[in-house]
Amino acid sequence: MAASATALRAAPQALRNVGIDIRGVSHAFDLDGWRLPVLESIDLSVAAGEFVALLGPSGCGKSTLLRLVSGLEQPSAGSILSEGSPIVKPDPSRILVFQDPTLFPWATVWNNVATGLDARGVLRQQRGRIDSALDLVGLRAFGNAYPHQLSGGMAQRAALARALVNDPALLLLDEPLGKLDSLTRLTLQEELVALWRRAEFTAILVTHDVEEAVLLASRVIVLTERPARIKAEFAVERPYPRHRDDPELVALRRQILATLGHAT
Amino acid sequence: MSNAIEALEGRAAGSPTSLRGLHQVIWTNGVVAAAAWAAAALATIALPDVVPWGSANLFAAIMAAGAAVLLLLAFVAPRLGRVGEGLIHYGPWLIAIGAWFALWELTTAKFGWLPKPFFSPPNGLLNVYVTEAPRLLICIGYTLRLWSLGFFCGVTVGYLIGVALGWSKRFSYWGMPILKLIGPVPATAWIPCTFFFFPTTFAASVFIVALASGIPVTILTSSGVASVNRSYYDVGRNLGASEWYLVSKIAVPASLPHVFVGLFMGLYYSFAVLVVAEMLGAKFGLGWYIQFQTAYSGYANVYATLVIMSLICAGLVKLLFVARDYLLDWQKGFI
Repeated sequence: MAASATALRAAPQALRNVGIDIRGVSHAFDLDGWRLPVLESIDLSVAAGEFVALLGPSGCGKSTLLRLVSGLEQPSAGSILSEGSPIVKPDPSRILVFQDPTLFPWATVWNNVATGLDARGVLRQQRGRIDSALDLVGLRAFGNAYPHQLSGGMAQRAALARALVNDPALLLLDEPLGKLDSLTRLTLQEELVALWRRAEFTAILVTHDVEEAVLLASRVIVLTERPARIKAEFAVERPYPRHRDDPELVALRRQILATLGHAT
Repeated sequence: MSNAIEALEGRAAGSPTSLRGLHQVIWTNGVVAAAAWAAAALATIALPDVVPWGSANLFAAIMAAGAAVLLLLAFVAPRLGRVGEGLIHYGPWLIAIGAWFALWELTTAKFGWLPKPFFSPPNGLLNVYVTEAPRLLICIGYTLRLWSLGFFCGVTVGYLIGVALGWSKRFSYWGMPILKLIGPVPATAWIPCTFFFFPTTFAASVFIVALASGIPVTILTSSGVASVNRSYYDVGRNLGASEWYLVSKIAVPASLPHVFVGLFMGLYYSFAVLVVAEMLGAKFGLGWYIQFQTAYSGYANVYATLVIMSLICAGLVKLLFVARDYLLDWQKGFI
């Protein structure tokens, strides 16, 4: 596993571990001429190599923020900088992983993972990276399977491999474990932390799950109801690998839940 | 039938021990089918004709030979493994075919209830194949040339337009209303224009067939491309895909199930207009032959030709199914 992570990094990458600066970002959707504000003056700096979790009530605009950082959409106001330069379009160095695996159903797992390299025309030179990525998520034996033959957890692992094969400097995780059963979820939480620690990317995770946030992230940002503003920020200063029963994490979880309006 | 065999055997058919007992078992439907086919043969030669049709002896010989083969199979089929199982499955159909031929022969040639020239006994059709074989073969060749040119041109152009309509907003702004206007107009209504625009009547016929097969492909391809899950495009763009990659590697495969529905519809429509397309000054062709024979009340020839056309159409549909199953293997989990 460690060897394959190194193999994935074999191709030199100019940008490693980028930091992200979100400066005064506001965003609104245009619904048939009716303006729906979703984000309001968000200021957030994510340092290179950090793992930040965004928590907030459902529908508050967390996912929108990720789409803006990925470059798939442009903010209505404010700017988002990656290492000082503004993000104007999507780029394979910043990859968004969705709640649904969104694997292409017509392609095998191997070909799904190959999408990024194929789209950029480097598949022929870097074929070996596909197998390394599949190894990394434990799906080497399933390269020839079609997505409909995979379980939910395996499909989400394949989606992670499809992102990681591009050696992203920034991984944007939009509730990637949201639809999985609780046991698969626990396993994948641990794998996600392991991947992050090994592959040295910056990660921003959107989640509903407070326990997941404190278990994975080095910093937790709590957002308000829509339009989302930053409500509170918590540093999680516990060493990895963490344990979910760690009393400090449990205390922190209670504190965050209280901020979200769920006093226990 | 296999249930009956199991019941007779008192154990599962196909298990090694049951093989010994199987030779005692007769495929009863096979015997009945043989009897039905023999009845058709007997009716053809034993009873006098109201009006003679020709090829009666040949027809009787074919049915008798079929009956003999079926009788033989009745004893052998239970031991033929998978081939035998297939045969046993179609047993009721084989009975029905024999009975149908016998009844058909009786009501037309023998009793004259369904009179000449409007109806023909089965040996009448057989007689057409025997006497007209060279001409029919030429007609088949001409029709296949017209159909394949028309269908492939229509499908190719229709598919490309469909992808463009589904992909490009500007193209769809201008194209969709026009398609909606042209779509419901029967392809044959364009005949007057085609006479003016095309240098030869053959080119005009190809155009009519192409139009009939192309329009359903266009409509379904465009709706297929337009309805592709938008997150697939987000994934593609995020991974560094160009516009061309999004179309060719995402929109095209994702819309393939829709495209195949269009292809099936186009295939049927193209066959429906073949007869009319061959009105346009064709010298040969199955459609032309049908019209020619209709004019001279050669209805037996018309029926015989229709049988050929439906067999060709059914064969092409089968081919298309094979292609679809191969290309849409990934869909298995969805359907």
